[in-house]
Amino acid sequence: MKFVTAIIKPFKLDEVREALSAIGVQGVTVTEVKGFGRQKGHTELYRGAEYVVDFLPKVKIEAAIRSDQVEQVIEAIEKSASTGKIGDGKIFVFDLEQVVRIRTGETGTDAL
Amino acid sequence: MKHVFALLALVGAVAFGAPAWAEETVAAPAATATAAAPAAAAAAAPAEAAAAPALVPNKGDNAWVMMSAALVILMSIPGLALFYGGLVRSKNMLSVLMQVFTVFSLISVLWVVYGYSAAFTEGNQFFGVLDKLFLKGVTVESVGATFSKGVVISELAFVIFQGAFAAITCGLIVGAFAERARFAAILVFMVIWFTLSYIPMAHMVWYWAGPDAYIDAAAGEAAGKTAGFLFQKGALDFAGGTVVHINAAMAGLVGAYMIGKRTGLGNVAMAPHSLTFTMIGASLLWFGWFGFNAGSALEASGGAALAMVNTWVATACATLSWMFAEWMIKGKPSMLGAASGAVAGLVAITPAAGFVGVMGAMVIGLLAGIICLWGVNGLKKLLGADDSLDVFGIHGVGGILGAILTGVFVDPALGGTGVYDYVANKVGDFDMATQVIAQLWGVGTVIVWSGVVSLVAFKLVDIVIGLRVPEDEEREGLDVTSHGETAYHH
Repeated sequence: MKFVTAIIKPFKLDEVREALSAIGVQGVTVTEVKGFGRQKGHTELYRGAEYVVDFLPKVKIEAAIRSDQVEQVIEAIEKSASTGKIGDGKIFVFDLEQVVRIRTGETGTDAL
Repeated sequence: MKHVFALLALVGAVAFGAPAWAEETVAAPAATATAAAPAAAAAAAPAEAAAAPALVPNKGDNAWVMMSAALVILMSIPGLALFYGGLVRSKNMLSVLMQVFTVFSLISVLWVVYGYSAAFTEGNQFFGVLDKLFLKGVTVESVGATFSKGVVISELAFVIFQGAFAAITCGLIVGAFAERARFAAILVFMVIWFTLSYIPMAHMVWYWAGPDAYIDAAAGEAAGKTAGFLFQKGALDFAGGTVVHINAAMAGLVGAYMIGKRTGLGNVAMAPHSLTFTMIGASLLWFGWFGFNAGSALEASGGAALAMVNTWVATACATLSWMFAEWMIKGKPSMLGAASGAVAGLVAITPAAGFVGVMGAMVIGLLAGIICLWGVNGLKKLLGADDSLDVFGIHGVGGILGAILTGVFVDPALGGTGVYDYVANKVGDFDMATQVIAQLWGVGTVIVWSGVVSLVAFKLVDIVIGLRVPEDEEREGLDVTSHGETAYHH
């Protein structure tokens, strides 16, 4: 099993969710996050004061999937989250040791 | 807390001795018997009013002044509170709301206890007397003068209208030292400053015997000598450019110096947490300001309508001029800039509202937007104080600009109303240089008076209570550390 974490632009969330549903991903967890990458921050001006905003708002998507879905999932996220401009985000893939469905006690791929 | 109560008692003692104090220490300048300029507020003159044969308040005028009082209260709460609240960081939101809300309540109480009496009774040129302590003798039958002979309003309507002014003036000050001041220190400071700066300024600018006293030249001269110091100087202040805005701005500036800069200023992002609230607050201020300015006519008259139109148009001009200037200089037209421009325009038109023509108001508004933008940038850097919410940059600079330009655009040749001569019962001859000098007297007096009172008051409070919260409390935010609650639960 694999655990996929993707950092994307917030307004791309709906498209990514649809793309993942379409290829059979059963569930995702979404968090509003802040961070920086190559896009860096921007400056905001309030009357006389200028502030550099280092951390930009992004959305983090997490999904646990079967190992054979990895390529499909990466492709789906890549396509749906892309604008072609700097700041589109990144995808991280981890090995996933165990999954448990709390209600039934099922484990492994049955619990996905 | 014991210190707080001790100081309150001391302040009370000073307050009640204040009229005598002023008489002893301030040399009364020669009265230049100007023939009663229609300043913003007619004083309720009980003796004259009672002597006049049964003047009955006009119900339309009464209704307008009472409605205006409610509008001015809306400016404080929630208008000013939201305008300021949106500009601070979210951890200090409630502290600002609480400061404005509480100061409003505190000054309201002091106003009926002794403020009204000390400001709006005949005393010397700087203070009234305490004859109307606890509103003694002010009944439903009592009437106060307006700006027309033989026209009166209920004195109680005048009491609340003027009380609302006192309350918002004190509320304005808290923006200068937002995010770091000790709550108890603010309350004690307000009691002292209200007593020794707001009351005398209101008396100096607005107290007069009322138009009915100006029967002939001799009576007019005698009545003129009972008026406040700046009223006698001929300084025009329709709705409180000096009494409210410059007065509060000086207190704020002195406070910002004495309390010191916010911890982390320059290193930590201190961006406003909700410009949405700031926009709502600015809009409520604008709405309420129709009562503030047009209500200051004290009659539901054409003059009130003029003040209303001026308040509308000058503000719109200032919104646009600030926005365009910012757009050109900084690259983007900002919501905060537009809201700040609106408030700058409101401040600048306040002393002029009922005196200048609509085109004069437009010029005042256009200049206010640009000059106050400098007030919060170039001037702020020159002054070097951490005036958190730019009380001086907007209310001080806008107030001074408006006070001076009132002396220019009141000129009938420039579309103004001129200065009414209540002895001759017509608009008097106008000399711009004389009028501008009178205006400068007003500006200079309030800057020095409020500056000195604020300096002493802040020093006193600092010694007894301490002006600032400890640094760790400031970092954590005043909402939790001073008030034990948080504005937002995420």
